[in-house]
Amino acid sequence: MNRDNDKGKVLIDRSYIMIIVKLALLLIIILRLYYLQVFQADKYKMLADENRISTRLLIPPRGIIYDRNGVMIASNRQNFQAMIVAEQTPNVQQTLDEFKKIMPLSEEEEAKIKKDLKRNRSFVPIKIKDNLSWQEVAKIQLKAPDLQGIYIDEGLSRDYPFGESMAHVLGYVSSVSEKEAKADNDPLLQVPEFKIGKDGVEKLFEKDLRGRGGSLKLEVNAYGRVMKEIERIEGVSGKSLSLTIDSRLQQKAYNLFKDQEQSGAAVVLDVNTGEILAFVSAPSYDPNAMAKGLSGKEWKDLINNERNPLSNKAISGQYSPGSTFKTIVALAALESGIVRSDTRFSCSGQMFLGNHAFHCWRKQGHGSLNVVEALMHSCDIYFYEAAQRIGIERIAAMARRFGLGSKIDIGLENEKPGLIPDKAWKKKRFGESWQQGETVISGIGQGYILTTPLQLATMVSRIANGGYEIKPTFTKVTDKSRIKKINISQEYLDVVKQGMYDVVNIPGGTAYRSHFNIRGMEMAGKTGSTQVRRITMKERQTRVLRQDELPWKYRDHALFIAFAPYDNPRYGVAVLVEHGGGGSSVAAPIASAILQEAIKLDIVR
Amino acid sequence: MYKPYETTIKNQTQTLGEKFADISFSYVFFITILSFMGIVVLYSAANGSWEPWALKQLIRFGIGFVLMICLALMDIRIFMRYAYILYFVTLLLLIVVEVSGHIGMGAQRWINLGLFKLQPSELMKISLVLALARYFHASTLQNIRTISGIIPPALMALFPAALIVMEPDLGTSLMLIFTTAAIFFAVGVQVWKFVLVGAGALSVMPIAWHFLHDYQKNRVLTFLDPERDPLGAGYHIIQSKIALGSGGVFGKGFMNGTQSHLNFLPEKHTDFIFTMLSEEFGMIGGVLIIVLNMLILVYSYSFALKSASYFGKLVAIGLATNYFLYVFINTAMVLGLIPVVGVPLPLISYGGTVMLSIMASFGIILSVHIHRNIQIGKD
Repeated sequence: MNRDNDKGKVLIDRSYIMIIVKLALLLIIILRLYYLQVFQADKYKMLADENRISTRLLIPPRGIIYDRNGVMIASNRQNFQAMIVAEQTPNVQQTLDEFKKIMPLSEEEEAKIKKDLKRNRSFVPIKIKDNLSWQEVAKIQLKAPDLQGIYIDEGLSRDYPFGESMAHVLGYVSSVSEKEAKADNDPLLQVPEFKIGKDGVEKLFEKDLRGRGGSLKLEVNAYGRVMKEIERIEGVSGKSLSLTIDSRLQQKAYNLFKDQEQSGAAVVLDVNTGEILAFVSAPSYDPNAMAKGLSGKEWKDLINNERNPLSNKAISGQYSPGSTFKTIVALAALESGIVRSDTRFSCSGQMFLGNHAFHCWRKQGHGSLNVVEALMHSCDIYFYEAAQRIGIERIAAMARRFGLGSKIDIGLENEKPGLIPDKAWKKKRFGESWQQGETVISGIGQGYILTTPLQLATMVSRIANGGYEIKPTFTKVTDKSRIKKINISQEYLDVVKQGMYDVVNIPGGTAYRSHFNIRGMEMAGKTGSTQVRRITMKERQTRVLRQDELPWKYRDHALFIAFAPYDNPRYGVAVLVEHGGGGSSVAAPIASAILQEAIKLDIVR
Repeated sequence: MYKPYETTIKNQTQTLGEKFADISFSYVFFITILSFMGIVVLYSAANGSWEPWALKQLIRFGIGFVLMICLALMDIRIFMRYAYILYFVTLLLLIVVEVSGHIGMGAQRWINLGLFKLQPSELMKISLVLALARYFHASTLQNIRTISGIIPPALMALFPAALIVMEPDLGTSLMLIFTTAAIFFAVGVQVWKFVLVGAGALSVMPIAWHFLHDYQKNRVLTFLDPERDPLGAGYHIIQSKIALGSGGVFGKGFMNGTQSHLNFLPEKHTDFIFTMLSEEFGMIGGVLIIVLNMLILVYSYSFALKSASYFGKLVAIGLATNYFLYVFINTAMVLGLIPVVGVPLPLISYGGTVMLSIMASFGIILSVHIHRNIQIGKD
């Protein structure tokens, strides 16, 4: 009994120890609760919010781009997309099969849909097809009972109503590349479906057009499903822009190239302000297709096209100016005083420098001519002589004053500076001294000289406007008084303009066939063609091949610079037709048609 | 005729009505409050619906309540008399489960009896306490203090523990070991023996490590460093702490727990229900649960101390310890104090088996209290 008492006493003693230990352990639980729920509550509240709140950026509508008359040339179009939500259909495959009965899906498209379906949770909408027409939308809605889980979603997508004719002005928008995302810390760029300007005006004015993203705070569950909207902050729409382009003139100019399947460029300027009225590079591409995204094959076709539709020939193409450069040589010669307006040179069809012969394009020669006649007939010998007398430095300086040899900087990608050579340049570039023969061929715009169509348009406009240093621009010029005057005598400009008038309006002028008879609105211009191959001695002795006998890529580039009206110039134009043959036969008619259209439309008053 | 619900002590008969009146009202009240708090949270966990959990849990509580009252009224000597038989029957069931588990697919821990699932490991927690209590009741202090005196009860615990570990259910197995250790301590096994066994266990741990399943190893590693795998094994504990911490003092309100309602919190209706409760009702809710459990423990121990029989004392202490282990392991786990071991919070977590076994335990503890004046001989 005594022993039993001991046994009982031990049990009681130890029970007390046990209950105390147990209560102490539960007290630790309470302390831990205190630590987490009081001491660290703020930290965990934040983490809980991070868990449940998902912030999405709202893409602001991109700014609309208008032409000078308020016509939309880049806009945002309702984009109807067919979406599917896997969890809302009993059988995804069956639903897709039903969909295909209404609208076929390519194998590629179907594979992508299935990949997306597999990769996302079943409540995430997957795009089946976008850019649906109204009719297609109606068809889908009619068939809705068979298409469970499919619905129509509206988004905004960029639309270029003028398509390829405007592509080299506007550029296009497309998905953000990794490099672009790194360079710009705007959070919008992280949104997968966001698109930015990739070229042209879309890129130049990207910041203005983009606007500012809004944000949408959503409550999501652990699987990412949206439960409710918590807060919505609206963004700021992109700013709309008005360009100086006239969409009618632009289309007309582009179609002139397209209808003749020519490649080349044309730039039309308001000679008094530099506003760009038309800006064409042909062939072009479809910016709407670019915005949608091209397939690999479509890309390849674009890149491998020998006419290079992606290249903006108006600013990136550098060509010898050919005889259009004679205007500059004439100005330089007149200003030097070495050649006066009545100075005459004789053309016998060729000229010797040492024992090297330089030929005039007219084998039998032009006889005796003054500068106006030399421009009218585009006599090569006259300008060989003139160049030889005044030297390359005077020519180069004059060329630079009229906008050649350096970038004009209109803000677009890949603008090229062209090249106006002089002695120093040659020394630096080749380490050799300048040769007299090089001066001679420079007199007719050949040799090292390179210009872009934009520069030529600038040049002709500066000649036409009486020597004002206009700069081509896509935005409205409000203050003309800030345009500087080039220091050149009006008298010399008038001589050159007279020559250009005669080119077009006097029978025998190289572009007489392109003249037009709108009273008081006559065009003045200068032709040019530049060889892209060397005419061999042997060929000269037998017969120089006609342009149409040569393969396309060996034909001459055809050029024409012009302005109109002659008496009161408003429009300056430069037309380049790659491998078009003669300037007078191919480029001048295009320029003529463009100027007639501009006059008819009465764009600039 | 033997009447299990009527007890004669010194020629005085306790009638059924007298026994009924002797049931500790407070004790039953604490149990009921806890269970109803659980049902409230289950209602919230189902986004304000009685389906699929709250209603079932209420019915289970009802059944458990009846079971508790029935057991409370049973003569304590019956538990003593059938302790070994119950133990062996439970052991047999465990073996059946183990064998059928090997034949069938994967881990199976229960026998499907159609109406409910009998989980022998759960039943063993009660059977073992009863069997050990009977063993020590009959033993002497000298015997208890010898090695040979504690080998039979140690085997009684180790054998089912080994079977349960093979199921595999490390959590239940460990609880069985801990409960046994607590009983050994209570009866007076010398402290140095615990130290020795503890040291031995630590030294074989590296070997035991190799026998753990990958998921068990992961749980331990994750406990040691939850950030190790924040989206995998560590996810549960990180999300649990976020839910708890963000609840603050007053909680986010009934049905407003973001972590639980948006499913960031896993197993919110079972193992992590304490987290959900503390998220919605804050520290106040959490502390209330702990305090109620403390009260249940204190009452259980006071019942034990009032009992005239050694068997009764030990049964109450053993079952209370078992209950305490559930509560402590579960709350410590969801608070990130110990590894995740898959132990539910009794009375509150959704689940029928634990509800029934715990209510049965409370019934037996109440029986100890009602029959506190009965002396039981050593035979």
